[in-house]
Amino acid sequence: MTMNQNYDAGSHVGEDRPPGAPGVTRTLEREIGGYVLGLSLAVALTAASFWAVDTRSIYGPGVALALLVLAVAQMGIHLIFFLHITTAPDNTNNILALAFGVLIVCLIVFGSVWVMNHLAYNMAPMDHLMRGHG
Amino acid sequence: MSSQVLRAPPVSYPDYRVAHATNASQASGHGAGGPAPKRIVVGYGFWIFLLSDVILFSALFASYAVLFKNTAGGPTARQLFDLRNVAIETGCLLASTFACGMASLAVARRSLKWTQIALLITGFLGLAFVLLEAREFAGLVAHGAGPTRSAFLSSFFTLVGCHGAHVTSGLIWLATMMAQFRAKGFREDIRLRFLCFTLFWHALDIIWVAIFSLVYLVGTLPPQMLP
Repeated sequence: MTMNQNYDAGSHVGEDRPPGAPGVTRTLEREIGGYVLGLSLAVALTAASFWAVDTRSIYGPGVALALLVLAVAQMGIHLIFFLHITTAPDNTNNILALAFGVLIVCLIVFGSVWVMNHLAYNMAPMDHLMRGHG
Repeated sequence: MSSQVLRAPPVSYPDYRVAHATNASQASGHGAGGPAPKRIVVGYGFWIFLLSDVILFSALFASYAVLFKNTAGGPTARQLFDLRNVAIETGCLLASTFACGMASLAVARRSLKWTQIALLITGFLGLAFVLLEAREFAGLVAHGAGPTRSAFLSSFFTLVGCHGAHVTSGLIWLATMMAQFRAKGFREDIRLRFLCFTLFWHALDIIWVAIFSLVYLVGTLPPQMLP
């Protein structure tokens, strides 16, 4: 992460920084290197996800959880290496908005699943009714 | 610019502002040092839109998760999903996102040739993704597994189709960006539009990560392995 600390969302666009401004020089090699590293990590995590489905070396009921963890990790990789979300001061607002977005997403997804599962649990079995009308 | 006059002198900065000096102005985004540069403000505004789009998708994910087992006697995810197709789609979108990043590097260096080449690759890979998805959908409908078959398939088509619609509109946006770079060059307003486009394109790949992992891969697990 350290090599990306000088980035911010869209730092490649609208460089209103005066030429020769102090700071870390962003050479083309370094910047391409950042994208290649992000791509490699994303490919590795994607491959791991597809491998996790086929393998028998993960405890069966844990595979779905492993897929969730791998997906969240890959989203993090994309945020850091492609969207350049960093801890830089001019990125604080982006981070805060992201944190709030994640909160809402978690509330919607886990809240819906939680509530609807309890609702299904408290309902009379409907399978015999459904079957006739499939 | 007049804001130069208002800018605070570059006194010593605390350590937590380590990336500060690389910033164009001395603006911190916290009010100190004058207003933040335009690309920061524009990027933030578009980031808010993207997050609202993510929240829209989260509602579709939630309805899919709730309705996943309601197949109404019809085909299940395990019977329908073709993981080979999904792997190719994933590769297309990931490579497309990478090419989009290369395009932003070319724009930063004002190279029209490499910008257009990178954007062309981005667009072709995105188009390949959309075509693969359309073929998959057509195949499902032809096998009687269209969105009207069951609640599971309704929510599946809504979620994945909404992502596909986003990618399609992104392709149109990409084509207009190529035309604008060609006609108007690397003007600041065009570069800011392009900044928003790259954020949009990368965000779509993040949504796809959730779709291929939690919809396709989890969907093909045998029933005893499902949560």
